[in-house]
Amino acid sequence: MDAILHNTVHVLLALTLPPLLLGVITKTKALFAGRVGPPVLQPYYDLIKLFRKGSVFSTTTTWVFRAGPVVGLVTAVIAVLLVPLTNSTAPISFTGDLILLAYLLGLGRFFTASAALDTGSAFEGMGAAREVTFACLAEPALFLGLLVLAKLSGSLQLAGMLGGSLASHWPSAGASLALVLLSWFIVLLAENCRIPFDDPNTHLELTMIHEVMVLDHSGPAFGMILYGAALKLFIFGALIVRLAFPLVTGLPWLDWPIFVGGILVVAVAIGVVESTMARLRLTHVPVLLVAACLLSAFGVILLVR
Amino acid sequence: MSEVLVLWAIALAASSGALGMLFRRTSTSGQWVSMLLAVLGACLGLGGVGVFWTTGDSQPIVRAWPAIRGAEFSVAVDGLSAVFLLPIFLVSMLGSVYGLGYWKQAEHAMSGRKLRLFFGTLTAGMAMVVIARNSILFLFGWEIMALAAFFLVTTEEHDKAVREAGWLYLVATHVATLCLFGLFAVLRAANGSFALAPLDPDRLAPGMATAIFVLALVGFGLKAGIMPLHVWLPSAHAAAPSHVSAIMSGVFIKMGIYGLVRVTSLLPNPPLEWGGVVLGLGVVSGVLGVAFAIGQHDVKRLLAYHSIENIGIIVMGLGLALIGRSLGRADLVVLGIAGGLLHVWNHALFKALLFLSAGSVIHAVHTREIDHLGGLAKPMPWTALCFLIGAVAICGLPPLNGFVSEFLIYLGLFRTLGNREGTSFAEAALAAPALALIGALAVACFVKVYGAVFLGTARSDHARHAHESPPTMIAPMGVLAACCFVIGLGPLLVAPILGQAVSAWDPGLKDAGPCLIALAPLGWITVMGLLLTAGLFVVGVLLGLRLRYSIVEKGDTWGCGYIAPTPRMQYTSSSFAQMVVGLFAWALRPRSRRPKALPLFPQKKTDFHSQVPDTVLDEVVLPVFRFGGRLFSWFRVFQRGSIQTYLLYIFIALIILLLWC
Repeated sequence: MDAILHNTVHVLLALTLPPLLLGVITKTKALFAGRVGPPVLQPYYDLIKLFRKGSVFSTTTTWVFRAGPVVGLVTAVIAVLLVPLTNSTAPISFTGDLILLAYLLGLGRFFTASAALDTGSAFEGMGAAREVTFACLAEPALFLGLLVLAKLSGSLQLAGMLGGSLASHWPSAGASLALVLLSWFIVLLAENCRIPFDDPNTHLELTMIHEVMVLDHSGPAFGMILYGAALKLFIFGALIVRLAFPLVTGLPWLDWPIFVGGILVVAVAIGVVESTMARLRLTHVPVLLVAACLLSAFGVILLVR
Repeated sequence: MSEVLVLWAIALAASSGALGMLFRRTSTSGQWVSMLLAVLGACLGLGGVGVFWTTGDSQPIVRAWPAIRGAEFSVAVDGLSAVFLLPIFLVSMLGSVYGLGYWKQAEHAMSGRKLRLFFGTLTAGMAMVVIARNSILFLFGWEIMALAAFFLVTTEEHDKAVREAGWLYLVATHVATLCLFGLFAVLRAANGSFALAPLDPDRLAPGMATAIFVLALVGFGLKAGIMPLHVWLPSAHAAAPSHVSAIMSGVFIKMGIYGLVRVTSLLPNPPLEWGGVVLGLGVVSGVLGVAFAIGQHDVKRLLAYHSIENIGIIVMGLGLALIGRSLGRADLVVLGIAGGLLHVWNHALFKALLFLSAGSVIHAVHTREIDHLGGLAKPMPWTALCFLIGAVAICGLPPLNGFVSEFLIYLGLFRTLGNREGTSFAEAALAAPALALIGALAVACFVKVYGAVFLGTARSDHARHAHESPPTMIAPMGVLAACCFVIGLGPLLVAPILGQAVSAWDPGLKDAGPCLIALAPLGWITVMGLLLTAGLFVVGVLLGLRLRYSIVEKGDTWGCGYIAPTPRMQYTSSSFAQMVVGLFAWALRPRSRRPKALPLFPQKKTDFHSQVPDTVLDEVVLPVFRFGGRLFSWFRVFQRGSIQTYLLYIFIALIILLLWC
């Protein structure tokens, strides 16, 4: 019974909370800029509006263009069911689920980028090229971090790796975990196309990454893309929360508010980074990502030695 | 029973093309006869493999071979042979059917019959290699296969590039054979006979095991195309007709893997360093293979470099298993060998699928240049769909087969951290992030190919007038695509087969099948695959319904206000790859020819050209050979150019050898 309740809360939170993170980030940025900013719930209004709109499809496109948003959304939804949000296991949990998580996001990336190329636009080609290139460097950083967690927990399941035992490792292996935390935060910013990697609010197509890939999507399909992107942010945010606050309260009704609070803190942190940093030159992006890989790699070496 | 069936299959495959030689050059009947014989042979072979898997019994056939001292006609099917026999017969069968439409006798009067003759011989040679239990017989099979492949690569011998590719391949394959001569000589010294039997650790002189290992690694590594021994592979695969490329990339290079797997299974107590070396070579092949692939402009060369990448992944599995055997960790052995061998199958399936789809494109547009294509998904929907399935599979993405084998290897790599099972070799775990890098690079590469070839709009007239290929070409691709789904969604089906293979590799592991199922959550892969498929279907239908009941307009692609875009304004594959190529410039050494500085208002046309040549070939192998050529120029005295003289040389050499022994 507890498990059913737990899984229901997981699914409900995972499906409803993500757009809120975008709202919180925007609000934080507005506060920094001394503006009032749109309401925190604005992303929800946007999604509802998009789902009610008609759409325009380019004449060059094929079914791949329509498949892009579908695959992006479905992979993100399944992936969010794999990530533990509290000390208990996620609704779907098995040995090696971490690999499936990474590869589901890879499948989403494959189709989103293919859909971008389907339009035949040079801008969208540029965005797709950047997206897949930067992912090449973000993926090893993610896996190096997973190695640290696997070594510490002796488990090959996200539930075990990010579970309560992590708290007991912070005192002894804190250096490794802090390095992974930093590295994963950089990965979060890169994979979700936040400043300093990409500016989601820029107006210049030439400098965008994710936004330029979806220029030609409209209406419900575009809504699916936005929602999928929010889910992806939620997934990486949840990983960071579990890594940074692996608290064991033993009280389920307390675990959930702590998690929600944690992920809102992550959203605020992203907002702070976005407000205080400038976007990197595109040629410098790989350097930062390689640095993220190295941070995690140092974490592994500290543990193995 | 299974051995008899496989021998019949070999006989039929070997003779399939020969019968076609009796028909007239312009008649198509020869082609049909060959195809039917090849299909019949392949079915017998597959039946033999099936009999072995269902009954599990093997009755080795041993006949005396008095003509050669020490040689025996000794064949047997075991778990390892069976795993390799399946792709041999399956891909060769589908390749012969595909050849009906792709290499029509009517269009290729000069080369058609030769192609089919050697296609059959290649199949027969490979099957012989896999079931041979005697080194001499193994070498016979090996040379038949290697020479048949040479004639297949040079099918279009009138083309200079094809002849050069053929020569490069011939040199490489003979270096490999030379290593194998050495290998089997040492094996014979260690074993006392030419039988391929496990070595007795007590009779092994010091250094012998290392010599066997190094010779096997170089000899078989050359055939498999492990970086940096891959130099022959890209040009040979690009030069051959597409269904030949499919069998070469999908199956033929796996014979090198078979050799490595077989020989390592014979060696007792491998030291830990071997596993480390093999794993390291796998990582290098994997990462650099895919990095070189991204820089290619020729679709078949690109696929060939991906073979190097996938061989790297397979070799990583083998290295993991060797490490497991050194450490006495059964879990690593099971996951490594099962993952590696499953990847042998998977690569055979999706790489053959990709080469056949690429062949279908080449058949329609007559060019291999990616940047001349575009928009083919509209005129060639089936080819585009098949290529997409192959592309998703080769990137190791769920729910297709590539994911399953990479999943097993990942699990093994993570387990090398081992803080519960005692012994560990945690450095090996660093191969896991490397595998993640390989996967992400593969996604980048296949998004590039699929996007540039099939999506967007046509970049040339050829591509504009493309047409879909005939059913005889589409059907084999469909079979391969279906196989990718079957393994991807039902990996439990293949677990017992892989278990048998693991037991054959490491006889100490009797119940590897259940062990594999206990180690890897194969059932969960099925569940997740079905969930993913169902989710895609449901959401796809929902989106379709929503679009149906809302206003949908057609328009031009958004061009930032520019209203007259041309196909040439699309992002090309070279531009797409440029960032990744830049990241790997230290290894790829890309060359580009930039346009000269122009006045403010350029009048003259100019062009930009970039390419990624093979670094190892251009900067290591060719200089060494040139130097060797100069060093041995005095040797040309003996080069007379007449066969009689060469026969005389052979005769004299034999006399000297006779006197010596």
